[in-house]
Amino acid sequence: MEIPLTKHIKQGAFPLTAREYEKTGGYKAIQKALKEMSPADLITLVKASNLLGRGGAGFPTGVKWSLVPTGKDAPKQRYLICNADEMEPGTFKDKYLIEGNPHQLIAGMIIAAYAIQADKAYIFLRWAYKKSEVILRKAIAEAYEAGYLGKNILGTGYELDIYLHTSAGRYMCGEETALINSLEGKRAIPRNKPPYPATSGLFGKPTVVNNVETLCYIPHIVENGAAWFKSLSVTGEGGTKLYGVSGKVKNPGLWELPLGTNMREIIEQYAGGMMDGHKFRGALPGGASTDFLVEEHMDAKLDFSSVAALGSRLGTGTMIILDDKTCPVAFIHNLERFFALESCGWCTPCREGLPWVEKLLQSIEEGRGKPENLNILKFHTSYLGPGNTFCAHAPGAMEPLQSGLKYFHDDFMRHINEKHCPWRS
Amino acid sequence: MLTEEEKQEILEEVKLYPYPKVACLDALKIVQNHRGWVPDESIRDIGEFLGMPADEVDGIATFYSRIYRHPLGRHVILVCDSVSCMVMGYEPIYDHLSQKLGIRFGETTSDNRFTLLPISCLGDCDHAPAMMIDNDLYNRLTIEMLNELLEKYH
Ligand SMILES: Cc1cc2nc3c(=O)[nH]c(=O)nc-3n(C[C@H](O)[C@H](O)[C@H](O)COP(=O)(O)O)c2cc1C
Ligand code: SF4
Repeated sequence: MEIPLTKHIKQGAFPLTAREYEKTGGYKAIQKALKEMSPADLITLVKASNLLGRGGAGFPTGVKWSLVPTGKDAPKQRYLICNADEMEPGTFKDKYLIEGNPHQLIAGMIIAAYAIQADKAYIFLRWAYKKSEVILRKAIAEAYEAGYLGKNILGTGYELDIYLHTSAGRYMCGEETALINSLEGKRAIPRNKPPYPATSGLFGKPTVVNNVETLCYIPHIVENGAAWFKSLSVTGEGGTKLYGVSGKVKNPGLWELPLGTNMREIIEQYAGGMMDGHKFRGALPGGASTDFLVEEHMDAKLDFSSVAALGSRLGTGTMIILDDKTCPVAFIHNLERFFALESCGWCTPCREGLPWVEKLLQSIEEGRGKPENLNILKFHTSYLGPGNTFCAHAPGAMEPLQSGLKYFHDDFMRHINEKHCPWRS
Repeated sequence: MLTEEEKQEILEEVKLYPYPKVACLDALKIVQNHRGWVPDESIRDIGEFLGMPADEVDGIATFYSRIYRHPLGRHVILVCDSVSCMVMGYEPIYDHLSQKLGIRFGETTSDNRFTLLPISCLGDCDHAPAMMIDNDLYNRLTIEMLNELLEKYH
């Protein structure tokens, strides 16, 4: 089984330096991309590979790049932004890639920036990732020294600077237009779309925002081609994916597996199955803002379209497991408290609705709930759903709630009827 | 008043951008770096320095969780209270810390040694429960570990 993204990552060891990464054949892709390929060739290649964005939405990367205006009338200044905010609860994959092999990310950014002809690139890094910050600063300095960044890269005349921005901490900074506002020194509130960042992004200039895992794949696609990339997955979507599991399993962690690997295999084989004395009740397949999958979905193939067909989302691919010793109402309440706190406050349904949802869940959890509360919660799942709020934050918050109300209805009712939480003695 | 050092550092950031206001968030971080938090006076000074109303600066400062508008203790304990850490038991960890230090979330010990704050997901979910003290990450926490950990910070 090929694992291109994590091949050179050794747990507990220091990541490769620029020179060591070169010796493994890394950075070769830059030679090829900058010397033998035109920006248009690169976009065609990434389109042909069907690489779907790994930031959660699964948008085709090549298509995103092709939306950046070209030609002599197009704005000269363009930007590439690497989204390394990773604040989705339960998600820890980008950190692994950054800390394990920072030069793979830098190589991906250089090629992506060249493809859209950007001469400035930013890495937007989550506040809490202190170790990632140290590793990235060192790696960026090495890349300058080795001639992969700065002016006239490898004698091609192409020029690129990479800046590292550390976040001041807010979940909304991960949403790409809010991220752009934050980079401009403002509150991280999303922007109206259209215009999309590809035409008007940072400082009003064409900007591409890509996730860390997406960018890490670029050098491998350049080196090995679109057909190779497609051959890696179980299903037709192409490539491998970092899958993670947290919760009461024997061996929580992160693995690079063919995209489309099924849930049972990930939980039982890689995560070692449930801890002794704990039973599986459900899982959020891709972070806090995805719908629950339950026992009947165990054999689901985890790729973007298969998980969507089950009414959920692959999201970030990092699963959070709910076990029978954890109260589902408390689990969902914890999620909604997070979403309520992190609402940016820009639009009314989200700003007012999420705290209401959170308070109702708290009252149910504490045994003060009434049966009609469930109707109010249900009402919110459609009123805060897609199309009713300014960004995807509130709809994302409703995903675990709507599926939780469906799959754990009896548990909600027990809290209401017994007037206390059955999980707390 | 902003110190000369703070002004110099802010100007370094301003140079990178098309207009000075962009450096507002950087300026807040710089002040916090020097003073441990951002007092009202600095909000006003940053506004004057970058040519923007103090209220706009404060709107930005209060938006971000890691810009502090209150003074903190010498060390900040950030306990992850997100879902994976909840499943793996952050509550007993918090209860123990809270009891031992005699403070709740948002409070500072009377000797000014520790401030206790919640933080959402630290991205260490496969080693939950997790917390940070200042810039150091600790994971797979048990109550037994806590006393020894706290001893490292005076
Ligand atoms: C509330 C919210 C938070 C988000 N947080 C992140 C994040 O932390 N990291 C990320 O890569 N994408 C995040 N996204 C998705 C981004 O908006 C964007 O789609 C993504 O960075 C694009 O990268 P990709 O095309 O490579 O997947 C978030 C979206 C929303 C609505
Ligand atoms: S949905 Fe929530 S997070 Fe998104 S713009 Fe509205 S208030 Fe802000």
